[in-house]
Amino acid sequence: MTIALDLLAPYDFAFFQRGMVAATLAGALCGVLGVFVVLRGMSYIGHGLSHAVFGGAAASAVMSINFFVGAGIWGIISGVLIGRIARRKIIGADAAIGIVTTASFAGGIALLNRYGQARKSIEAVLFGSVLGVSWVDIAAILAVSLAVGAIVLFAYRAFLFATFDPQVAIVSGERVATIEVILMVMLSITILVTMRVIGTLLISALLVIPAATARMITNSFSRMLMLSPMIGAMCCLVGMNLSYHLDTSAGATIILVAAVVFTATYLLAGRRARLRVASLHHL
Amino acid sequence: MLENVTLHIRRGEFVGIVGPSGSGKTSLLRAITGSLAAARGSVEVTRGTRIGYVPQVESVDWNFPITVGEVLAMTRTRRHWPRTTRSERAEMKEVLEGLGLHGLDGRHIRELSGGQQQRVFVARAMFGKPDILILDEPTSGVDVRTRHEILHLLRDLHSKGSTILLTTHDLNGLASHLPRLVCLNREVIADGSPRETLIPEVLERTYGAPLHVLEHGGMPIVLDHDYTSSEVLRDTERQMRSERETRQ
Repeated sequence: MTIALDLLAPYDFAFFQRGMVAATLAGALCGVLGVFVVLRGMSYIGHGLSHAVFGGAAASAVMSINFFVGAGIWGIISGVLIGRIARRKIIGADAAIGIVTTASFAGGIALLNRYGQARKSIEAVLFGSVLGVSWVDIAAILAVSLAVGAIVLFAYRAFLFATFDPQVAIVSGERVATIEVILMVMLSITILVTMRVIGTLLISALLVIPAATARMITNSFSRMLMLSPMIGAMCCLVGMNLSYHLDTSAGATIILVAAVVFTATYLLAGRRARLRVASLHHL
Repeated sequence: MLENVTLHIRRGEFVGIVGPSGSGKTSLLRAITGSLAAARGSVEVTRGTRIGYVPQVESVDWNFPITVGEVLAMTRTRRHWPRTTRSERAEMKEVLEGLGLHGLDGRHIRELSGGQQQRVFVARAMFGKPDILILDEPTSGVDVRTRHEILHLLRDLHSKGSTILLTTHDLNGLASHLPRLVCLNREVIADGSPRETLIPEVLERTYGAPLHVLEHGGMPIVLDHDYTSSEVLRDTERQMRSERETRQ
């Protein structure tokens, strides 16, 4: 009885309830997009994009522009640009992306140092801040989740075709370039709205780990697309609760839970399942 | 890259394009499919022609989490939702049965044999009800048995009325069995039946190296230079001569 009460204790706090809802939604959202990130070998793009968005967030804080507007515009522009650079396979695309996004990240830190209430806001954006989650943040995550869910469902076949076999999709008349732009825009906006919960530094892990875990469990794309958000949401749910009891950062705890789930799946699954993950590119 | 290419492919034809690496085979295919624009001249494709494209087996990501059924369904993008309709499932069943893949729709593409893997992509192209089937090197990287399977399958589809265009490196295993061949090396060197195109003069201009041609059972067999100098060839030629003498 006491244990049960103890486990439910954090739910007395409104901030925890908000954090909980936000984190679970964020986990599911990142789980859906993570499938594309992992299968397209874009995990480094997710990583870079979160750094780029940080720069935008810092700039908008300093210039007193609304966070979502400022960082959103910056995130979308960098997302589309990164997608283009990666798509054209220009020599050194990785390096170009790395330079642009880390420069944006460094610029963001410098801006906050110089003009912002530095320390606190930097930490909040880097590591996420559950305390800072407002209903507006939840509404934003919910809206993006619904939009992403609707787009992925409605254009499911086109997304699958463009991800699995882009060359043939082009020949078959699919607008692969448009699909890629939509994907990068969704990714940028997702990073933007979930950043406050998980933090810039760890968001890419939430994009990769649930999807990679789902990949071990199934060989079917549609099932992976269902499993990955479920795993993501579950890791966030468990991670949030643990973070309260262990008094650790929510973002870090969530990622640690995800890593444990991944490792357990890896150990329990057979050799064939492990090979599936080994075959994922750039993970 | 490609010059002087005049090529007409009519409905119901079965055409193979042969040529060395870098001869422009892939560029020609890309020009036909519309993914590469011609700098001069034009590519005219009858309005509304649906192309069923079968990629090289080697270019497919075999580790992608996808089942045979999902591979087929992805081409029908006019229907958006993931779930297949009853009529789609019936059509899928028909296509899979027609290609000897019955009951494999729930399998992962990696779990299939080489021939089945190639056929899945032919099935995907067929599922889009194409007016022309275009295959890029359908026998590269496959074993002899699979090559036989693919050849039989394509002949079968052709006999049922499909228009087929393919590129190949495989002169003896595939090209010599086709009704029409186009020899390409930056330009069209020859265009006609294997008996007209697989001859030493044409092959030397196409490949830039002397090639010998033998005949076996009425079909041309191309031998490359290294091989022709070997004992095996001399033996074969001696044998053929003695056979001819015996017949006389």
